[in-house]
Amino acid sequence: MNIDPLTIDFVRDLILRKETTATALTEEFYKKIESEDSKIHAFLTLSKDRAFAKATEIDGMADRGEELPPMAGVPVGIKDVFMTRGIQTTAGSRILEDFVAPYDSTAVARLESAGAIVVGKLNCDEFAMGSSNENSGYGPVHNPRDLSRVPGGSSGGSAAAVAANMAVATLGSDTGGSIRQPAAFCGVVGLMPTYGRVSRYGLIAFASSLDHVGPLTKSVKDAATVLKVIAGRDPKDSTSADMPVPNYLDEIGRPVRGMKIGVPDEYFPAELDGEVRAAVQKSIDDLREAGCEIKRISLPHTKYAIPTYYIVATAEASSNLARYDGVRYGLRAKDAKTLSEMYRKTRDRGFGAEVKRRIMLGTYALSAGYYDAYYLQAQKVRTLLARDFQNAFAEVDAIITPTTPTAAFKLGEKADDPVSMYLADIFTVTADLVGIPGLAVPCGTTKSGLPIGVQVLGKHFDEGTILRVGHVIEHEQAKQAGAESRKS
Amino acid sequence: MKVTEKDVLYVADLANLELTEQERQRMLKDLNSILEHIDMLGQLDTKDVPPMAEVVTLAAKPVQAGESGTPFEYTMRADEVKPGLTHESAMMNAPDTDGTYFKVPKVIDKGGEVSE
Repeated sequence: MNIDPLTIDFVRDLILRKETTATALTEEFYKKIESEDSKIHAFLTLSKDRAFAKATEIDGMADRGEELPPMAGVPVGIKDVFMTRGIQTTAGSRILEDFVAPYDSTAVARLESAGAIVVGKLNCDEFAMGSSNENSGYGPVHNPRDLSRVPGGSSGGSAAAVAANMAVATLGSDTGGSIRQPAAFCGVVGLMPTYGRVSRYGLIAFASSLDHVGPLTKSVKDAATVLKVIAGRDPKDSTSADMPVPNYLDEIGRPVRGMKIGVPDEYFPAELDGEVRAAVQKSIDDLREAGCEIKRISLPHTKYAIPTYYIVATAEASSNLARYDGVRYGLRAKDAKTLSEMYRKTRDRGFGAEVKRRIMLGTYALSAGYYDAYYLQAQKVRTLLARDFQNAFAEVDAIITPTTPTAAFKLGEKADDPVSMYLADIFTVTADLVGIPGLAVPCGTTKSGLPIGVQVLGKHFDEGTILRVGHVIEHEQAKQAGAESRKS
Repeated sequence: MKVTEKDVLYVADLANLELTEQERQRMLKDLNSILEHIDMLGQLDTKDVPPMAEVVTLAAKPVQAGESGTPFEYTMRADEVKPGLTHESAMMNAPDTDGTYFKVPKVIDKGGEVSE
């Protein structure tokens, strides 16, 4: 059976109609992983026992004619920053090399309750810090569309696994663009929900006011299905919002006629890559064609987003990562004579260069004498960024931008220049800073065949609108691709 | 150069990192280049702008007239005892343990003589 075109509802239907079993499908996916992943390196750990146990459970339900849950038998991969009980959970860091999670993160538990089969844990930048996956303590992931290029980061393994059809859907986390940017680079759909929409319980913390949990999928419809499953209040995360979870699938296929779409000048600078500009413009034209009113808008503080992000994110990280001290879990330097020496040696050996850089920057920004100039100023600018969007959303229903300034770059290309690496997130960080949802949808390819992604931003808790708009963009793409292939 | 070698040593100490000589030199260069980019934040006049305290305050359920409390009142819960992580689970990743507690190297250094 060709598993490549499988989407979530397709899998459920096959099992429902007894055309396959969850067990057989799981075997197919492991075969695929075994044949493909030596080139891509998306998976860090395979969770076969857990996967087959769940598959057996789903097959039992199907045999007994019970109603199948929405993600029944769907093979999913989990970014290795999510706790998965009894399974190695490293966050891409050597400091957690032998760490086995004692409990499940809420998002993973909800996926499994909805019938999903966790096939393994996915490679990522160490502690989700990076835009290329080159910061993984276990070696980089290669972009399945071009193995010499990065898959993006930090959820690079999550994007690559979906792009290479080694999983039907994956879970990622987004702190500055870490779901949407790799989705764009690998040509898949990536959804960052509103801050508080999905519980962060069991997500290994990077920057707590910026961390978001969301899916990477092959279609906008699948992203809607996963969001419906994982969203909603969780008593174990006090920042998870007590807001009703709508049926996001209702938005798929709904018309967009009369909708107002904002196009911010600041996201189309003169130096924007020409092919990216043209592809995004094409999606804007498609939306106009579908009856949307396109409006030029301004988000005047956009250029301050990256510096704001690198203060807030590193400050929070320096605090969150203080827990890795060799006492309760993770690596411990064995040759230290005193406790203080043990802390230092453990952290020196366990953390990679980028993590150390961010801990240092965050500690510096919070240190006596610099707090007002850096951290306080950054939190004030964050308010200004939020006001930019408040003003924009008074006029428009959704905003369209490129997801990234260029298509995927080469491995090693930016590795020595942290600032130029940080700028890869220039169009994605602002949504994290202001907590609004963002959806990356493939919108074309470069002449050399690299994927390009368009980004749809929405109001707080209005994932429904961006999914609806994203689906129209995707649908137009598919229609035109179909027309192209009929011509040739 | 905003950050000096002395600053790198001081901040590394605060962060419980030591860094090799090579790492310190690289850190000096990187921190300065990042901070140079970050300095543009100083251009903005934020005298009357409040710092962001809650990411989704704007979207949170508004407090109705007659109700008391904050927009995030639902985050408060009764202080009830509920089952949590078992002792065994909490200790399962311990690098060193006597079975009940985590064990660590000697803590206090009394004038060169280390005591437990």
